[in-house]
Amino acid sequence: MKIAHLAALLLIVSAPVLAQEHVPPAPYAYRQLDNPEQEARAKALMVTLRCVMCQSQSIADSDAPIAGDMRSEVRTRIAAGEDPEHIRQWLIARYGDYVTYAPQVKPITWPLFAAPVVILALAALLLRGRFGRPRQTNDEGSA
Amino acid sequence: MAAYEAGTMSQADPKPRLRLALWLPLILFAALFALFVHGLTNPADTNVASAFVGNPLPQFDLPPAAADRPGLATRAFQTGKPKLLNVFASWCVPCAAEAPQLAALAQAGVEVDGVAIHDQRADLTRFLAANGNPYAAIGRDDQRAVQLAIGSSGVPETYVIDGRGVIRYQHIGDIRPEDVPKLLARVKDAGKGAGS
Repeated sequence: MKIAHLAALLLIVSAPVLAQEHVPPAPYAYRQLDNPEQEARAKALMVTLRCVMCQSQSIADSDAPIAGDMRSEVRTRIAAGEDPEHIRQWLIARYGDYVTYAPQVKPITWPLFAAPVVILALAALLLRGRFGRPRQTNDEGSA
Repeated sequence: MAAYEAGTMSQADPKPRLRLALWLPLILFAALFALFVHGLTNPADTNVASAFVGNPLPQFDLPPAAADRPGLATRAFQTGKPKLLNVFASWCVPCAAEAPQLAALAQAGVEVDGVAIHDQRADLTRFLAANGNPYAAIGRDDQRAVQLAIGSSGVPETYVIDGRGVIRYQHIGDIRPEDVPKLLARVKDAGKGAGS
């Protein structure tokens, strides 16, 4: 009797899950491309594309249905010989820079790319001051 | 001599510098506190807006999703009359919540076409029977091909398409009663733009 109640309860709980699983996922959502070289290229692209639903995961990591469809879209295009960067640009045209984890060089992102150079230059200046001074005082002392 | 001068300088200096250094953590704390309060009281907008607004609809030709409505193709939006394109699904709860508002828009004379995402005919029939059917046509998009092509990141979303098939506006999420006049105005604007 108890088991029957439990089974009924489990069925009720699982009903919403079943409701979403009616349509099979897109062909390449959970299936790799047969060509390993193409699959590697698709994978390299997918880990740098952001899932638009679960917003802190790449489409390679995410289990959201829309991420599966995005993976299938990417793999289908790679299999058709499309350039990965072209696919990225196609998605950026639709979802904005938001969709890519690889920052694009644009006026708004130039500080990002300039920062390492600026910091290195500052560090060189600081270090020159630090390492330059003792030699000067030594010179004075010896003179 | 030089060393002695430097010594007196550094003994004279610390007081004002020390005072500032003592206040600095408090100033930093206050600045961070203000930042966090601002962040907590103004939660970030997590909607991913389509960057594709302003572009013509991509070419598509979707098979019918419902028994009594035709499928949906790009040419249906090139008739000279602005329309609404509603991206929805029978398994989506907010889609049921916006059904009365879509019905109101359809009653106001706006043609509403639907794209059903990951849907099956039996589920859709049940959904339309329960919530009403304001759609003139419903295309079946099993792999989100059209949804991805127009930069839609979820269901429901509603696009205003002008008479030449150009996307003019995107409404993210369910249409609330207060959104209906706004959407009607957008459709009217799209009609003016296509005429000129």
